[in-house]
Parts: sequence; structure tokens; C-alpha cells
Amino acid sequence: MINRRTVTIAIALLALLLFVSACGSATSQNSISVYNWGEYIDEDILSMFTQKTGIEVVYDYYANNEEMYAKIKSGGVNYDLCIPSDYMIERMIAEDLLETVDTSQIPNYANIDDRFKDLAYDPENKYSVPYVWGTVGILYNTSMVDDPVDSWDILWNDKYANQIFMYDSMRDTVGVSLKRLGFSLNTRDVSELNQARDELIAQSDLVRAIVGDTVRDSMIGGEAALAVVYSGDALYCIEKNRDLGYAVPKEGSNVWFDAMVVPKGAKNIEGALKFIDFLCDPEICLRNVEYIGFSTVNSETLKLLPEEMTSDPTFWPDDEIYNRCEVFYDLGDFVGEYDRVWTEVLASW
Amino acid sequence: MKTRYLSLPYLIWALVFIIIPIGLVVYYSLTVEVDGKLIFSWANYKQALTPSYLLALWRSIWLAFVCTVICFALGYPIAYIMASREYASKGFLLFLFLVPMWMNFLLRTYSWLSILERNGFINSLLRLLSLPEARILYTDKAVVLGMVYNFLPFMILPIHTVMKKMDSSIIEAAQDLGANGRTVFLRVVFPLSIPGVVSGVTMVFMPSVTTFIISKLLGGAQFMLIGNMIERQFTESRNWNLGSAVSVMLMVLILTSIAIFTVVDKDGEGGALF
Amino acid sequence: MIRLLKKIYLAVMLLFMYAPIAVLIVYSFNASRSRSVWGGFTLDWYAQLLRDKSIQRALSTTLSLAFLSALLATIIGAAAAVGIHSMRGAFKKTVLAVTNIPVIMPDIVMGLSLLVLYTYLFHFFPGIKLGYGTLLVSHTTFNIPYVILSVLPKLKQLDPNLYEAALDLGCTPIKGFFKVVLQEITSAIVTGAMLAFTMSLDDFIVSYFTKGDGDNTLSTIIYSMARRGVNPKINALSAIMFVAVLLLLYVINSFDPSKAQKANGLGLEGES
Repeated sequence: MINRRTVTIAIALLALLLFVSACGSATSQNSISVYNWGEYIDEDILSMFTQKTGIEVVYDYYANNEEMYAKIKSGGVNYDLCIPSDYMIERMIAEDLLETVDTSQIPNYANIDDRFKDLAYDPENKYSVPYVWGTVGILYNTSMVDDPVDSWDILWNDKYANQIFMYDSMRDTVGVSLKRLGFSLNTRDVSELNQARDELIAQSDLVRAIVGDTVRDSMIGGEAALAVVYSGDALYCIEKNRDLGYAVPKEGSNVWFDAMVVPKGAKNIEGALKFIDFLCDPEICLRNVEYIGFSTVNSETLKLLPEEMTSDPTFWPDDEIYNRCEVFYDLGDFVGEYDRVWTEVLASW
Repeated sequence: MKTRYLSLPYLIWALVFIIIPIGLVVYYSLTVEVDGKLIFSWANYKQALTPSYLLALWRSIWLAFVCTVICFALGYPIAYIMASREYASKGFLLFLFLVPMWMNFLLRTYSWLSILERNGFINSLLRLLSLPEARILYTDKAVVLGMVYNFLPFMILPIHTVMKKMDSSIIEAAQDLGANGRTVFLRVVFPLSIPGVVSGVTMVFMPSVTTFIISKLLGGAQFMLIGNMIERQFTESRNWNLGSAVSVMLMVLILTSIAIFTVVDKDGEGGALF
Repeated sequence: MIRLLKKIYLAVMLLFMYAPIAVLIVYSFNASRSRSVWGGFTLDWYAQLLRDKSIQRALSTTLSLAFLSALLATIIGAAAAVGIHSMRGAFKKTVLAVTNIPVIMPDIVMGLSLLVLYTYLFHFFPGIKLGYGTLLVSHTTFNIPYVILSVLPKLKQLDPNLYEAALDLGCTPIKGFFKVVLQEITSAIVTGAMLAFTMSLDDFIVSYFTKGDGDNTLSTIIYSMARRGVNPKINALSAIMFVAVLLLLYVINSFDPSKAQKANGLGLEGES
């Protein structure tokens, strides 16, 4: 009978379970708890760090800034280190959720390139140490696109109807439309936002879909000709499919940073600082950026990277590209206007 | 024995872990944040009743309805066949319909992308047969397919449970009285299986109204369902108050419509849904 | 003829259920990390999986959590269903509506509201933190309705006279309950337990918000990987789990004593 059989299954599962649980390990006294994006570090580095310092690393993941924020804000957890993006750091500083970071205890802080220090989201680097950075741009398939890709306008070209993927992120996509019109990514002008909205609504007939993380594999597989992506994702795709190219449009774009911070409530600040220092070590950082594929902020690491990477503007945009890009600011309550505009765009489909 | 008291542990559990959290959600929905303080306001509900939200709500309910109907049409025969005498000793076959759900949900959905996309498995096959390309991905067809795939077992199992061991003497009696197969099914088997159908419909319809990952991955983010809008308020747009209001509105709508459907049902178990 | 049609129908439906599973297993042998490129056959992901301690830990958390939360939900839910069945009127309707709430509530709302509740409760019970305990409570909460919804229809089907008759024949109420009622609804309880187990395995949003630092389930790891691409190690793990479950089913089925017994399904074969 199914009942008896099910009981047997249950017992078998339980036995399996106890066996598997026995494989789990306990954490030692001297440990730090690190909270990072999934697949955003070469995990071998964690055991290298433990070997060197004797500090165990309890490693944990999140999928986006907002979920990380909700968790930290609730106060129910004690992470020693996490790696949010620029605008989120600004907000966490404003809400007093971060400990100050004493850079004098981080000898390798000197390796960080000066142009990535003292940025607007953390003007004196009192709270954060940059981790990686990148841009937002257009990934295109050269076998399907014969026009030069140097402007956001190409995403409004009806020659590529149904061949365009936009990115599932309110601020990035509204930002594309704002930049194309020559406005700031951080605009607080409602009429500028409304113009950006109207352009996005006009564009909707050309767009195949607004996609999220699946954009990488779709572009590698040749599902569309053009897509808005992050530079690190572009590198990953180009490596897998040599027909692909990446460009940051001339109207400018977003440049973003993810940086290491110590949240309030951290139990082992000293250990966290040691870990930050370890990650800023040129060799370790090299290993890490080669794994995750985003641009490094470490000028010593840059010297160790192969010429073909550093001369590739996708990996290492020159100053001219860098200077036409803008960093996101935290919008505070004004984000409600972006939400309204974005909802209206989506509702028009 | 007062069997009613058996539900006491559950009632206490529900009070702490269902009622109180819902109370919190209602509280959030009735307030707005001004200078870090929460102040009473109807503003969230006013915004939740604007056309964009109502449109998304309508679309979600419609798709959930379509998904439920398809799950029923596909699942009922499976439950029926599995309960029939020739399969009764093959209970493991029923498990086979549940086992795919033990593989990770995201991985399953990514697999559907590989199957459905422009250069995916289905289109490769069609090209081989020199048939025209099927455009399924990023349409409502793909979303419904994804929902049906993920919720089908929740239709099959409860129906199967009531069909199995359905008192065979009743059926034999009907056959003895000269009823043919069809009459036996329509007059005896189907009515007796209705409580299982009601449970199945509940377990398929309600979660599919609020689904958001399936629509995001298979329909694209422009495919706005109410679940996606709620999720965005709690993340990107960080307006928990509005998100709460939309959720409360959704729950009230669904629960009252169930209550209206079951008003004629004296047991109150939803048996009169049909 | 009808027998054949039934076979074909079941086969087609199983094909539908298993097509994506086959695809994800195939990708566990793909040397390329991308699903769009076939980089050649490899067993490398399996080798990497064996070395990955955090995935192994997540697997054990996932399985024990699914098992325990399903068990807890089954006990509480089955008892609740029996209780609810004997209720009447408005109270019953209210309880049923409350029962439906976790099913209808969007996961993210449930996860966040439980997070807020827990952190509030921690003020009164300092020393408790988010962790396995809060995960277990959350999973049990969203599992219970699935058990209740599975058991209630079976209770409805149950002939009340049976229980009365048992009492008339001298059973004590408790003995009567165990001998008659429980006996009859066991299959429904099992169904409920299986559904609860499945729900728990699949959840990631509620888990994400209610887990402590360092606890991870497979689902939360996979979800957080999505941004940067899910590592095919996970496909390898799924393939192994899948084969293990099928083997288990096969072994149990081949030792099954009921095969020899007379089947007790619907008496509907006359017409075929």
C-alpha cells in the first residue's frame, strides 16, 4: 500500500538526512561573517584567508541590494562585512547602518586607484573601500547589427524591431532614456522624467522583452541583436561568443561601484578589516577579478593584468568614457516619481 | 471526544504566525512615512486603485483562472487514471508527478527558457522539419505554460486522494442498477470527487495569482502581474506601505470572492464552488 | 483500446513534467557555464561539487528543514483539519479564511512580515537570533495550509456513521478515532505531507528573509547566484538528487508487498 511505502520512503529519507547532516561543520570562535552577492568572489580566497590568518569565514549571499538592506536594517543578523552598491551605501550611511572603516588599518588601501576614492556616495571614504566597478552600455551582436553602435538612439531604431532586450531595472532603464535625452541620471525634474517615460513608451513596440539576469545566456545564444547590460556581463558574453561587442554610448551612461562596508552590529570588526586588506592585496585581487570578470579598482592589480585585458575598453574604459558617465545617487522619497514613471511605461505594453 | 479541540495548536500557531503578521501588513498599508514616522493615511489604497494596478490585478486573476482550468483539464484525468484499478498498485507513478518539483524551481524555469527560446529545442526541432518558428517565449502563452507546469501536481494529488478508495460498493451498486460508464462517472464519481477538486483549485489558483518569478523569466519584466508590482514596491521602489496596501487589497478580494461562492454551502468548506 | 489511450496520456504528461529536468541534467555535463553554448562533455562540475562545503551544508539544511517542517506541519495540520471538520458556522468560515491566507499572501510579503515579527519578538527574548529555528517556524507556517487542504476533502468523504458504529461496538472515543478516522484519512495526510515537503524544498523568498547569517538552503544559494549566472555545480547536484530519488522509489517499489495484494482502486474497469 502507498501508506506503508511512503513510511518506508520517509525513513529512508531520514536516514539519508542524518548521514548528510553529519557532514556539516561547526564554526570556530574566531570567525567573520561575510555577506556578498552570489558568485561574486572566488571562494578559494576564503580558505586562503583562513590559512593565512586563522580566521574562519562564514560566507553568505544575497541577490540584490534591497534584500540585503532589509535584512541588515531588521537588526536580526550580525554580518561583519558586506558589499553593496554606491547608492545603497549612501543610503545606509544616511540611516546610520554602517561602522566607520579605519583605512589606516588597511595597508593595502594605498593600492586603490585615486580616481575611485572619495566619490560622492562616500565623500571621504569613511565607510567604504571600493571592490569592483563597471559601466552600463549596449551589448550588440555584430552578425546582426551593421550600424555603428555609439549612441542610445540605436535602441530606438525600428530596423531592429523585436531584436532588442532592455534591462529589468527601474533606474537603469529610465536612466538610459534620460541620458539619451541629455538629462542627468539623478534628475529630480518631473518633466524630464515624463519625457523619458514617453520615449520608453514609444520604444516599447521595438523591444522584444525587458529581461533580467537571463540576458547573458540569451545574448550568447543570439536571441537578440542589442541589449542593455553591465560591462562585467558584457565581458562574460563576449568571451563565450566572439560575435558580440560592447559600447558605452556617447551620450553617457551609468558608472557604478560595489564597495566593502562594515554594517553596524558587526561582531569582529578587526577581522573584517583584515579581510578587506587581504582582498586589496594585488595578487589576491588579481585572482578575484579574473574569476568575477568585473573591472578592478586596484592600480597594482591592473599592472599584473595581461595587456589584452587592460587595453580592452569593456574591461578598462579610458578616462574619456569614464568622464561622461554618472554615478547613481540615492533619490530618497523622490524614487516614488521614478516608480510612477516606470509603472506607466510597463502598463503601456 | 471533542474533536474540535484538536485544532487548538493550529489556532494558536495561526494567531501568532499568520494573524499578527497580517496585522502588521494592514498597519503598514494604512500608514505613510513622513520624516521617519508612520502616519495614518488612505493614500496607499488610493494609489493601489489606480488603473495600472487594477489592470495588473485583472490580468493576474485572468491568467490564474486560465492556469487553473488547464491544470484541472490535464490533472483530473491523471488523478482518475491513477486511481483506477489497473494503476492502483502502481502508487509510485503518482510520485513521478511530484518528483520534478523537488528539483530547484529556478533551474526548472531556466530549462523552460532553453526549450522555448528562439534558438531553443522546440524551434530547432521545427527547423529540422522545416516548419515555421514558434514564438512562445515572452508571451502570455509561456507564462501560462510555466504556471501550469509548476502547479499541476497540486491539482493531481488532492483529487487523487479522494478518488482512491472511493467506496467501490457505491459504484458497483450504480452499475448493478444499469448505469453505464458515463452515467456512473457523471452521477457518482465526479460529484464525490468535488471536495478534492475544490482543494486542488484552491492550491493552484491562489498561488498563481501572486506568482512573479515565472512571469518575470518566461514573460519578461514588461509582463506585469500583481505579484511583480508588489515585489517591486518591497525592493526597487521601496514603498513597503504601498506594497502592503496592494497585498491587502488582493487578499481581501480573493477571500471575499471565495466567501461569496461558498455562502450557499452550509458546511462552509467550499464544496459549492461549482 | 482505452487502456492504451490511458498509457499514452500518462506517458505524454510525464514527458511534459520531465522535459525540463532532462535539460537541466544535460547541462550538468556541459563544459561551458552558459546554457547557450555546448562546450563539450565534462564531469568537472561533479568534481567541484564534491569539494564545495557550503553547498553540502546547504543540502543538509534544505533536507532536514523540509523534512522537519513537513512533519511538524503534518501533525499540526492534520489535527487542525479534524478539528475544523467538526466546527460549524461563521467560526469555521473564519478559520478557513485564515488558513487560506498563507497560500494567497505573496511570498515577499510573508517573508518580510515574519522578519519584522521575529525581530520584534527578539526584544522580549534576547539571545534568540534568526537561524534554523526561525526558518523552521516560517516553513511550517506556509506548509500547514497545504496539509489542511489535503485532509479536509477526505474527512468530508468519510462516513460519519462509521465512527458512531465503532463507538456502539464498544470502542472508546480515542480508540475509535485512531482505529476508524485516522485509518481512513492516512492517505490524505500522506499527500499533505508530500505537498508540504515539496513547498519547503522550493521556497526561497521566505527562507531568504527569515534565515540567519550563514544558514543557507539550496534555493537561497541558487537564487543569489542568479545575478551572476547559476553555477552548473548546482545542476550536477540536482542530477544526483534526481537519480537518488528515482533509485529510492524503484527499490521501495520492488520490495513492495502490496503488489501481490488485490488492488483496491475504483471499480471502473468494466467498460474498457
